[in-house]
Amino acid sequence: MADEVVNEEASGGSSPETEAPEAPKTPPGKALRELVDAEYPGAILEQTAYEDREDEVTFVLADDALVKVATYLRDHPASSFKILTDLTAAHYPDDENTFQVVYQLVSVDHSRLLRLKVMVKESQEVPTVSGVWSSANWMEREVYDLFGVKFKDHPDPRRIFMPEDWGSHPFRKDYPLEGLGERVYEKPKRKEIGE
Amino acid sequence: MVGGVESSSRIERITTVPGTEELVINMGPQHPSTHGVLRVILKLDGETVTDVDSDIGYLHRGTEKIGENITYTMFIPYTDRLDYIAAPSSNLAWVQAVESFFDWEIPERALFLRTMVGELSRIASHLLWLATHALDIGAMTVFLWAFREREMVLDLFEMAFGARLTVNAFRLGGLHQDVPPEFLVEARKFVDLFPSRVDDYETLLTENRIWLQRTRGVGVISAEDALDYAMTGPILRASGVKWDLRRAKPYAAYPYVDFTIPVGENGDVYDRYLVRLVEMRQSAHIIDQCLDMLPGGPVSCKTPRTIKPPEGEIYHSIENPKGEFGFYIVSDGSETPYRVKIRPPSFINLAGLKKLCMGELLADVVAIIGSIDIVLGECDR
Amino acid sequence: MGLIDGKLGDNFLTTRFDSLVAWARKSSLWPMTFGLACCAIEMMASGAARYDFDRFGVIFRATPRQSDVIIIAGTVTHKMADAIVKVYNQMPEPRWVIAMGNCSTCGGPYSNYAVVQGVDEIIPVDVYVPGCPPRPESLMWGVMQLQKKIEQERFVRKSISAA
Repeated sequence: MADEVVNEEASGGSSPETEAPEAPKTPPGKALRELVDAEYPGAILEQTAYEDREDEVTFVLADDALVKVATYLRDHPASSFKILTDLTAAHYPDDENTFQVVYQLVSVDHSRLLRLKVMVKESQEVPTVSGVWSSANWMEREVYDLFGVKFKDHPDPRRIFMPEDWGSHPFRKDYPLEGLGERVYEKPKRKEIGE
Repeated sequence: MVGGVESSSRIERITTVPGTEELVINMGPQHPSTHGVLRVILKLDGETVTDVDSDIGYLHRGTEKIGENITYTMFIPYTDRLDYIAAPSSNLAWVQAVESFFDWEIPERALFLRTMVGELSRIASHLLWLATHALDIGAMTVFLWAFREREMVLDLFEMAFGARLTVNAFRLGGLHQDVPPEFLVEARKFVDLFPSRVDDYETLLTENRIWLQRTRGVGVISAEDALDYAMTGPILRASGVKWDLRRAKPYAAYPYVDFTIPVGENGDVYDRYLVRLVEMRQSAHIIDQCLDMLPGGPVSCKTPRTIKPPEGEIYHSIENPKGEFGFYIVSDGSETPYRVKIRPPSFINLAGLKKLCMGELLADVVAIIGSIDIVLGECDR
Repeated sequence: MGLIDGKLGDNFLTTRFDSLVAWARKSSLWPMTFGLACCAIEMMASGAARYDFDRFGVIFRATPRQSDVIIIAGTVTHKMADAIVKVYNQMPEPRWVIAMGNCSTCGGPYSNYAVVQGVDEIIPVDVYVPGCPPRPESLMWGVMQLQKKIEQERFVRKSISAA
């Protein structure tokens, strides 16, 4: 009948992150970095974290190592990042790497967040992670629709938001907010009172 | 339906076996049951679904691109219009995301008020979900009853913030102004009254034969698949995974309040319904505790005149009624963000619609869409 | 009605007949549910228990073929514009349009590439109801304004411009 299991939780406390020991402060994401470096050395090109917060650790990967590292992080029990919660991109027209594709991962078992980034140039294809996490399917379609970044071997490479014949990619920095006037309508005649 | 056979004699027509072919049906974008402008293209074999393709984007308003041109404070009303059913929840996510760039001391009273208003918006969202879901399946009384309670919640919002639906509730650093004393009195009355109303809904639906037949065993998703599709919120909890951001990454006043997290077993439409009902009761319990524990003091801390976060990027998410609602903000040190990305629970939950609907009957598709609880404003942004 | 539409002059009988027809039409306006965004929630609330719409004779119909008025509640995007025109063309005459909310009136807070700046760019609008979203009482005011507009319509009498 009522098939639900309700668990009692005494109090809600935040999950304990890596506590900083007394004298030397461990850099954030050290355990994860060592985990990945042991299996795929050289895959992580750079590591950042906003204000050294554990949840804001970001690994910049080489794009050919993306799928391997992603599968490893998903399956290894010490990391177990089973949820790909967000996949997006940002456009930097003045930089050498024009697009940064950002992957936000969540681990339910360890209550931890991680961010992966891949830097690509204009019209370079990014390998798809929809084989690793199925949630990437629609999110990669969105990135293609709004930025124009193509994903290699994507199962369904179509636009998702804009109409199929829109032409341009709206979220690029060189696309104006008001649009390029893609749609023009003929103003209909209104029926006035008494007509 | 007959495979193109034109026979002259009547006897011939009767003895020929009719052939079948696949039927393509278009649901929407204008449809009473799709909860907004969603277009679903279904391929049917008789009444069984063989393929589902959702066509979204009919409400794509370019909110993220607007965010790149206006300041952080000016963006708060746009977050209202994302999940317009639980608008204070969306406001809370944005305000907390920007505050996580800094380390301001948000006053305790503001934290408790934010929690209270967040839980009120959870109740409002679940009430609307129940009303529309039951209306789709055919129970029209629940629609009117749930809207009666929702009006009470909207009255509370109007008392505190001046608007019913798109409230623009919070500011960076706390609230804009304190709530009037009538708000606390009316909130207490509402919280005392609400559990009996939920009992009324349960009387109508939980053991109703028709409801059970239409929702039991329909739209089942296992825990591994739910994690793979990044479904969060009541869908994930109904499949058996106990993941709630209010416990895992507590924010606002959630470390101080006591509540249970309902977890289902089967992952079908009926379990999601039960999970949301328990969540409504727990929300009322949380509001009750907040009213008891509400401290005095200011409701806002001192913030700089122009908000200019240092360069960097953060991701912050909260537990929206629909799932994990988050913001990924890239700041370049100026007063407008460089990139705002909204993590929309409805978009990501809807992506698993094909997995949920394969092999189900046509009438079940309506029940499944209702149980995912989508709002197109947040799905299309 | 077609044979004598707009052909007769103004006299006691035609004005009486016109007000009878206008009374019948305005007292049972059947709108089509066309909720697009946030305004749809206020439209649903105005049809629910507290602000009952049924006492105005307003029953929401799901199909355009059976409705008199279409309430465009919410933001109109370019992708949706074709669907709106299709649905509007499926409505039988006499038909009216209420643009509810700021987004359908003028594009609202979204003046960008994806949003049509006002639904009157694609279909003719009779009543505009401002607000973001308008309260249910505002929507009722809008419906009452439409009723006043219908009262002044001329069915059998010649139109003012033709006279």
